[in-house]
Amino acid sequence: MTFDALDTWWWPFLFILVGGWLATDAWRFLGVYLGDRISDDSDLLVLVRALATALVAAVIGNLIVFPSGALADMSLALRLGAAAGGFLAYLCLGRKVLVGIVAAEVILLAGLWIWR
Amino acid sequence: MLCASAMPADDASPIPDFSIRRLWYLRGVRAAFSVPGLILASAFIGFAGLAKEAGLTLVQTVFMVGMVWALPAKVVLVGAILSGTSLPAAAFAVALSSIRLAPMVVALVPEMRGPRTPRWVLYFLSHFVAVTSWVLAMERLRGIPRDVRTSYYAGLGSTLVLVNMVVVGVVYVLADSLPPVVSAALFLLTPMYFLTSLWGSARERAGHVAMAIGLVLGPLLHLVVPGFDLLGAGLIGGSIAFAFHLLSRRRAKR
Repeated sequence: MTFDALDTWWWPFLFILVGGWLATDAWRFLGVYLGDRISDDSDLLVLVRALATALVAAVIGNLIVFPSGALADMSLALRLGAAAGGFLAYLCLGRKVLVGIVAAEVILLAGLWIWR
Repeated sequence: MLCASAMPADDASPIPDFSIRRLWYLRGVRAAFSVPGLILASAFIGFAGLAKEAGLTLVQTVFMVGMVWALPAKVVLVGAILSGTSLPAAAFAVALSSIRLAPMVVALVPEMRGPRTPRWVLYFLSHFVAVTSWVLAMERLRGIPRDVRTSYYAGLGSTLVLVNMVVVGVVYVLADSLPPVVSAALFLLTPMYFLTSLWGSARERAGHVAMAIGLVLGPLLHLVVPGFDLLGAGLIGGSIAFAFHLLSRRRAKR
């Protein structure tokens, strides 16, 4: 039962619905069910928030260390340097998201220009 | 203290009427047209190329954006389609990659619900949860009156989904390839945005601890136990951060 298994117009959409929509929204619905039973200031919510934050941070780390596409052709040192430099700029220059992003991009592009 | 989350005082205010809800919905719409929204759109430019290479049609690709929404889940699904995986195995892989959505929604729901919010509204709005709208919401919902937060998030979430369906459609039709320097710069936008805004949206110091550990553990576990990297990093990093939270509070009480 692969994506190309049936030669009908609706099969790919059913594939996307079951393999994509159901497999993601089931977790979201479970989250609503559980989240609706937690009070705003409980310690459990601090734990859940910490879990979710660490998870998202892991996604970020993987995006930088194991990127896909053209960023994968750049050296790991350059990617780490750009991300770390951008984050430092964010921390030191008034905690503006845009400052961090621009600094990281400048470092990346400068690095590409120097080592091309 | 950082932990003090402000409860708005207007919990007992009258039920907001339609024009007030529409106003906050439109403010949510406007929040989607922001730096984070732009960055997300740039990530979807890359996804359109990936789906096209995998042989998906235009309609299938746009349909997938609307129905699945979370970008990592879509990348996994397209990967499964590319490698000729059967439907049960594909659904399992996508489900495994999306477990993080549950704790994210659990953390968001108490933030978003008002005193009279019906359940079905929360279930409906949860579909819009993915990293970008979650980070944006955790950052901004605090400053919005509690009884119109659902309206604001509806505007924000639905606009992000619709705009990116359009972006993916347009890029699918127009683009074949970008210069490598441009696409590398585009790829760096997403992690940099997440990195800085997640740091800024942390409620308590434990959030920063969780983030630092997750950043390191994610790639490390990816090498050691691929497939379990995100979940493992979340469980370990989250637990350590929570222990830190309990310890520092005990110390503060002393």
